[in-house]
Amino acid sequence: MLYRECGQFKSTYRDDQSIFPIAQDRWALWIALAVAIFVVPTIGSDYWLGSIFIPFLIYALAALGLNLLTGYAGLLSLGTAGFMAVGAFATYNLMIRIPDLPFLVAIILGGLIAAAVGVLFGLPSLRIKGFYLAVATLAAQFTIEWVLTTFGWFTNYDASGVISAPPIEMFGYEFKSATSRYLLTLSIVVVLALAAKNMVRSSIGRSWMAIRDMDVAAEVIGIRLLRTKLLAFAISSFYCGVAGALWAFLYLGTVEPQAFDLNRSFQILFMIIIGGLGSILGSFLGAAFIVLLPILINNAAGLFGGAIPADVVSNFELVVFGSLIIFFLIVEPQGLARLWQITKEKLRMWPFPH
Amino acid sequence: MEFDPFLYIQALFDGLLAGIMYSLVALGFVLIFKASGVFNFAQGTMVLMAALTFVSLLEMGWNILLAGAVTIAALVLLALAIERVVLRPLVNQAPIILFMATIGLNFVIEGGTQMVWGSDPHSLELGDPYASFEIGPLFFNNNELYAAVVAALLVAGLAIFFQKTRIGRALRAVADDHQAALSVGIPLQTIWVVVWTVAGIVAFVAGVVWGGRLGVQFSLALLALKALPVLILGGFTSIPGAIVGGLIVGASEKIAELLAFDLFGVGGVENFFPYLLAMVFLMFRPEGLFGDKIIERV
Repeated sequence: MLYRECGQFKSTYRDDQSIFPIAQDRWALWIALAVAIFVVPTIGSDYWLGSIFIPFLIYALAALGLNLLTGYAGLLSLGTAGFMAVGAFATYNLMIRIPDLPFLVAIILGGLIAAAVGVLFGLPSLRIKGFYLAVATLAAQFTIEWVLTTFGWFTNYDASGVISAPPIEMFGYEFKSATSRYLLTLSIVVVLALAAKNMVRSSIGRSWMAIRDMDVAAEVIGIRLLRTKLLAFAISSFYCGVAGALWAFLYLGTVEPQAFDLNRSFQILFMIIIGGLGSILGSFLGAAFIVLLPILINNAAGLFGGAIPADVVSNFELVVFGSLIIFFLIVEPQGLARLWQITKEKLRMWPFPH
Repeated sequence: MEFDPFLYIQALFDGLLAGIMYSLVALGFVLIFKASGVFNFAQGTMVLMAALTFVSLLEMGWNILLAGAVTIAALVLLALAIERVVLRPLVNQAPIILFMATIGLNFVIEGGTQMVWGSDPHSLELGDPYASFEIGPLFFNNNELYAAVVAALLVAGLAIFFQKTRIGRALRAVADDHQAALSVGIPLQTIWVVVWTVAGIVAFVAGVVWGGRLGVQFSLALLALKALPVLILGGFTSIPGAIVGGLIVGASEKIAELLAFDLFGVGGVENFFPYLLAMVFLMFRPEGLFGDKIIERV
């Protein structure tokens, strides 16, 4: 009744090619955006904005980047956090070494540097795939972490290897309060998500999917494997790099290389497994799930009045994480995004069964 | 910096001994990969689980044999549970899905083990950890030599098990071809339980050997990651490959560490060197030194 395309006629090619062909989807998106821009900052406390919404958005961006690589192009990567670290530290070095460099330009350049590093470690993907590739990307993860901790130049010779973000100014306005940082993060994430959504339905996204589904066939119909795979690595690393820079500058303010360790990579991998491989929406759903689940478990443990020690809770969290991963792989390998799609299909029929 | 050849020879031997222990962890991977085509990411936490269970039981004053038996019983139960809950519903899925499922399994075992036994490090006393002897200018640690002997015995035992026993033959049949094995009446599910149990026992041995060296603590689980380059070098399907790969990784990372320190004055190279080595190796010989040739062009 509420959700169907019945009566929505498309009279131009432009309509036919729109990202969301069904009007209700477009309204839902606008409403979600309006809520995110106007409602969340007004009702959210500084704690909610600064410690939940900002990391959620940044995680979603990193998950989006990994999803482009793993979900769309079918190249498994365990080096996500490494590429995030490259983005964060590149942006930091650009900011302190080039005076008066605008923040957005620094972030974009940082992302591009991350992309270059991504291409370098993506080279083995030309000969290998599957978990062999996972090992190659592990090399990226460990090497980047080592380089950043060993050579003081990257951290500006800070004794403890921690970088502190300089204040962010744009057009004479300093982004200091949680609300302003939230809105800046939100706008960057929205722009990049829109770009990704468009990318995956254009020729580049389709060639990624062709490679994922069957590389030999893709090659036969004339997709250049070398270029397409490396492009997937570059774009994915760009997204991760920007996410890393946002993590350092807008979320924590200070960051050390150890913040981007292997566990962070796994966390982002879980987001896209739970959210849905090969789905833009799934990256957001997965990020929301992984950010909110620990809070939920902690609060549930809090109900027992602190009778459960903290280390048991954190271990229990691991068990729940692991079980959920297995559960999702068994029941719905395509994740939350697929569940959402099923709901939509049911809604189109509702209230009639056929 | 003065070049000291003995330092390098010492590093080579230290590395080889450490490499044997990497091989022990890698062996568990190879066993499971051969029989079920699953790349078991949880092998490292299985090492942790076995070692932690064993040590905790010992600390509760149990007899060493009884504690060992109970640990092995726990590993059998784990294998049964994994087969029933994870492998059976996921049969016929893509290897990458199974791989990710074992990452999930990894977290369940890690969290579960530490929930039961706590996450404090334990020490495992296996004789005097510092007992050593010298040959010329070189030092050898007794415990590491014992570990090497244990590893050799284990490999010999596994070789006999695979070649001579009925179950071993069934295992090899399953490894060759699942369908053909099924059609001659080999029960696939039983085989999986057996192979996960054997891998668990290998993990137990690895856990005790490593635990005696590092103490039983969370870092044992991270060994799994070091085993990955070992597998790449040796090939995913080869038991001798796991041994040789382990030796290469162990020796090369120690030498690289020393060399980087001598030449550039930087440390910590051994943490990532094996992965880089594996990455370069993958470019030229993706099937590893002894692995089955993969006829697949990417």
